[in-house]
Amino acid sequence: MMRFLLLFSRQGKLRLQKWFTPISEREKKKIIRDMTNMVLARQPRSCNFLDWKDLKIIYKRYASLYFCLAIENQENELLALEIIHRYVELLDKYFGNVCELDIIFNFEKAYFILDEFIIGGEVQETSKQIVNRSIEASDMLQEDDSSEWYEVELFG
Amino acid sequence: MSYVGEKTLTALPSLLSLDSQPGPAKLSSTSKLGNLIRGITELTSKHEEEKLIQRELESIKEQVSSPNTSMRQMKELMVRAIYCESLGYEASFVYIHAIKLAQQGTALEKRVGYLAVSLFLNESHELLLLLVNTVLKDLQSTNLIEVCMALTVVSQIFPKEMIPAILPLVEEKLNHPKEIIRRKAVLALYKFYLIAPNQVQHIHNKFRKALCDKDPGVMTASLHIYLQMIQENPEGYKDLTGSFVNILKQVVGGKLPIDFNYHSVPAPWLQIHLLRILSFLGKNDLRTSELIYEVLDESLRRAEMNRNITYAILYECVKCIYTIHPKSNLLEKAAKCIGNFVLSPDINLKYLGLKALTYVIQQDPKMALQHQMTIIECLDHPDLIIKRETLELLFRITNAQNVVVIVEKMLEFLQNSPDDYTTIDLVGKVAELAEKYAPDNEWFIETMNTVFSLGGDTMQPDIPNSFLKLLSEGFDSVEEDRKLRLFAVDSYVSLLQGETRKLPQCFLQVISWVLGEYSHLSEDHNRSTVLRLLEKLLDMKQTSSETKCWILMAMTKLCEGTAGVCVAQQVSETYISSMDTVLRQRAQELQHLSQDSELREEVLPRDSGLDPMEIDSSLSFLDEFVSGALAAGAAPYKPPHQRQEELAEAKVLSLEPYGLALPISMSSCSITDRHSPTPLSMSSGLSGDSTDVSHRAGLKLDGVQRVWGRDGYLAKKESVEEAAPVQGLTPVHSPSLQNEGDGSHSQTPTPTPTPEPDREKEQLASSLFFGVSSQSSVCLMGKPDSTFNRRRKAKVQAPGVTEQLSSSVAPVSNAVDNLLCNNLQDSNINSVSAASSKQTCELSPRVPAANGTCNTDCGLPESDRKRSNLSISRDNGLVDADSALSEDQGSRSDLCPSSYLPAELCGLYRSEIAPLCTAHSLELSACHVHQGDDMILIIFISNSSDSQVLQIRLDLKSEQLKVTCVSDSSVENIKSHTVAVYQYSLAVKRPGVDVEVDGTLSFLLPAGTPQTKHFSYKLPLTAFIRPLLISTEEYGTMWLGFSHEVKQNLTLVDDGCEPLTFTLNLLKNRLQLHLVEIIGLEGILACRLLQNQPCLMHCRVHAGALAVWLRSPVPELPDCLVYHCQRVLQEK
Repeated sequence: MMRFLLLFSRQGKLRLQKWFTPISEREKKKIIRDMTNMVLARQPRSCNFLDWKDLKIIYKRYASLYFCLAIENQENELLALEIIHRYVELLDKYFGNVCELDIIFNFEKAYFILDEFIIGGEVQETSKQIVNRSIEASDMLQEDDSSEWYEVELFG
Repeated sequence: MSYVGEKTLTALPSLLSLDSQPGPAKLSSTSKLGNLIRGITELTSKHEEEKLIQRELESIKEQVSSPNTSMRQMKELMVRAIYCESLGYEASFVYIHAIKLAQQGTALEKRVGYLAVSLFLNESHELLLLLVNTVLKDLQSTNLIEVCMALTVVSQIFPKEMIPAILPLVEEKLNHPKEIIRRKAVLALYKFYLIAPNQVQHIHNKFRKALCDKDPGVMTASLHIYLQMIQENPEGYKDLTGSFVNILKQVVGGKLPIDFNYHSVPAPWLQIHLLRILSFLGKNDLRTSELIYEVLDESLRRAEMNRNITYAILYECVKCIYTIHPKSNLLEKAAKCIGNFVLSPDINLKYLGLKALTYVIQQDPKMALQHQMTIIECLDHPDLIIKRETLELLFRITNAQNVVVIVEKMLEFLQNSPDDYTTIDLVGKVAELAEKYAPDNEWFIETMNTVFSLGGDTMQPDIPNSFLKLLSEGFDSVEEDRKLRLFAVDSYVSLLQGETRKLPQCFLQVISWVLGEYSHLSEDHNRSTVLRLLEKLLDMKQTSSETKCWILMAMTKLCEGTAGVCVAQQVSETYISSMDTVLRQRAQELQHLSQDSELREEVLPRDSGLDPMEIDSSLSFLDEFVSGALAAGAAPYKPPHQRQEELAEAKVLSLEPYGLALPISMSSCSITDRHSPTPLSMSSGLSGDSTDVSHRAGLKLDGVQRVWGRDGYLAKKESVEEAAPVQGLTPVHSPSLQNEGDGSHSQTPTPTPTPEPDREKEQLASSLFFGVSSQSSVCLMGKPDSTFNRRRKAKVQAPGVTEQLSSSVAPVSNAVDNLLCNNLQDSNINSVSAASSKQTCELSPRVPAANGTCNTDCGLPESDRKRSNLSISRDNGLVDADSALSEDQGSRSDLCPSSYLPAELCGLYRSEIAPLCTAHSLELSACHVHQGDDMILIIFISNSSDSQVLQIRLDLKSEQLKVTCVSDSSVENIKSHTVAVYQYSLAVKRPGVDVEVDGTLSFLLPAGTPQTKHFSYKLPLTAFIRPLLISTEEYGTMWLGFSHEVKQNLTLVDDGCEPLTFTLNLLKNRLQLHLVEIIGLEGILACRLLQNQPCLMHCRVHAGALAVWLRSPVPELPDCLVYHCQRVLQEK
């Protein structure tokens, strides 16, 4: 099971945080501080895995953005790395050539995508098409609230 | 791998080129959020940011509370609030509006509302209750998107207590025509299962339906639940093995829609999930494992080594292969796979390779030898993570021969260890290795010195405890003990003569205890030197008052002669007026005892460490005093809850919240302080200055506080105290360092097989991997449960090893000897011809060797074994004499086990006889019998064949239970059509909700082939619970002394008139508790775990539920009991 996912910039600015288990605010702040310190201090080309307390931290850098995922110890580290990658792919598909700014200004969208992909710390849907279809379908609501057709699109 | 994101991001110019962004990601540069974000990125100081955000929050606050704000605007405001919160500024005023938005908005606004709720609120937040209604409404909505959103939020955060309200609706969704809804419903149920497993117990068959769903997404989702359930209880789902194997076959064969491919690998997440489930199912189960072999082979074959994701699958395959029953050709492939990982230039793969090696090495020590050069390289890797994992691996292969090198490496790493967590972990490991394998006294003491100085005060408190215990209990040889202690004293004296400021407090405490106890052994240092050193410590301002207590205690033991007394007087005068009561107490003791050497001899006898202390926990010696005080007109003692009760009754209206009433007022006077050198001494802190007689008269008659009343008792207390640092440790055989030492001296140099040019590495390798294979097989035979083996170390084998090596005769008569033989061979031939020796190696763990029983026996501390034997013979003298093997009587009757129940156990309460397993013609069944204060496990082995079965051996072990064989379980033959009966006495070592005994049956078939069979027997903890007959007063006193508390709300079972009485009686009858008293809306119950571990329960009716507090000296007990209470009440 995953415990949390953090996205932060090279400068250590937090861009996204998702906690899959209940954690107190104080503890969250401490974790965020620890994570940015630990991950940003890593040399390039070193291992993408870190130990932190009883958890494994899997991180990966995409351009200026660090994705940092905490998993329980018995989980598969390589798979976690692929979870991060799949999330980036999903973001990319949705935003079209995603960049850090997309995530800064549309962070709620990034959350929606994450919620369709991972739920309660487990991968919910691994098919890229299905995740995107459900996000897009929900987005259609913006234009036309009463329409029924998006449901056909989504669930058809 | 395509790093699409990476490419785009690097192509991007500066951060703030906000204009003209194409695509769906319209940057809302003109929106308020856009302005805010831009504003913040332009700022330079934290202070400015704070100001800006405060302004922003003010404006949000104003707008959300305005009635004119539309839901659309509200949505926009909410996003801004989320942004502010994510920067770390609290915006709790919007929480309620988030819920409102989720409730009242249109679908899109609702989505933002739900998102805000899931980001803002914690599972325990009270506002979450307001969400329940909204969720209910949305679950019933005809709009599928709303249903989806509701299910999403439910599986993210939902209050546990409210699950029953929505459960039926979620369950209903399992049959929904749309797969996305079914999938989300399954995940929601998974979440419920995690937080409240009891609530979803009744829908297990629906999970099966989800598993068979035609949509692969729904099926995948259901695997989450299955993984969890199978992990908890693999036995219950063996029948599904075939289905899981089939699914995996189809996935691997590419039968799933192309949608599920990830970088052209078919559904990797699903594959890994299935592999993990299968490894739980196949563990220790040959028949199930046989079903799995083929698909594992297929998976290995299909996975091409080119992508990260295939490596992930391979890694999981390897783990599975090494977890299930071994099969040689798969093991070979897996080993090759691990080799590829370890040798890979990709650092991530290398890391995983090391991890896999660590996992595998206990089963197959040759793997370490194969990769020794890589391991050595990794040991010097610049990446600390790799280094750390390598040390983990070395830790697993440590033995008496290579311990020095490995510990040196670990300490080296510790010197620049990055964080506390790693330090604590590694320090614990070093201490464990040092205690297990120390080659000689000097090394041991020096290593422990480093452990104490590096570990500091963060390390596990049991490390100094067990170290002191080791010193005080000593080993077989008196002379050796003396040397060890002497060396410790010398080493500490020279330490104290140097720089002491940096030494951690717990090390100082260890030092002062050792010096106090043993410095008389040293001729070089007279007492006044030691006293002066201790005095210097006292004067240091870094020394904590707890440490000062230890030091004063040591001084009390040492002050002798005029010089000593003089120092003692001086010191005690300084501290006799200390603000710290414990310290003051110590100073008093020092003052009095230094003057009266006779009394001191009596109170602090030398070398008393070995004598067990008798502690009168009921404080019966005070009875006289209490009755005297009562006769003189003192008010009788009332336990705190009773006082509270009366206080509440006195007032008409109790305005105090209930939560404060009992547990908190108690904990404030809770006595146990584990870090104090004297657990009891804290009570003196409560009673204030015990010399103040007038004060004492005013005290309530609390027995605990009386401890400090009179001089006569003071003496008694002192002796208790001396043993204190040693108490609370599990008694274990103390290892003999002497033997160890001999073992290491007789080591032979190892020729390295690989002609590596680097001499240094070669040498390191030879020292690291010396005797690796033999050591690991030791581990295997004895099941490498570190907790069990701990500090018992190779001691059991060590003497044997020495003898064997010196005489170099290796008779291959039993497993121990086999082992030695291996040892001899392996130490000379480092590289072993893979195939043949691997075969023996993988087989050996499965054959429970002759030393199996020896291990179980060794695991039982001598004293305990004696005690349980004694208690048995006290209760029923027959048991011991009767070997309980009743194979002859009634051999011609049917093989119904119950008729073979030993006569003395007939008529006692016993469980149903449950079948355990069958192996060829043998059938095993078992039951447990309540015999007075003993729990007897009876195992029946019936032989239904026409031939005799030879050399039956039955080995039982359990992590949670102490298993003592009552009947004679040495090699037995069972004639045809007879039943053999084995009796074991069980005692709880570590309570759990259920406790389990694992067993191995080995026997010889008529054809002469040896066979083994594993089985396990589970019994609920309740079988060990007995009523504890105590009075309310006793209850009150006991309550105070127990430190482990659990609080829980239980359902109140209502029979119409007296719900409390009815519920408590129900609990009493079902769980065998003693109902002490019911007072108004409160009730107290007491019970004990067999072998006298009490647990107290205090219940109170509160808001229609039963609030329950449980306390016990045993940490796990309250938790387990509460679980059983819950079950009883739910069944009702």
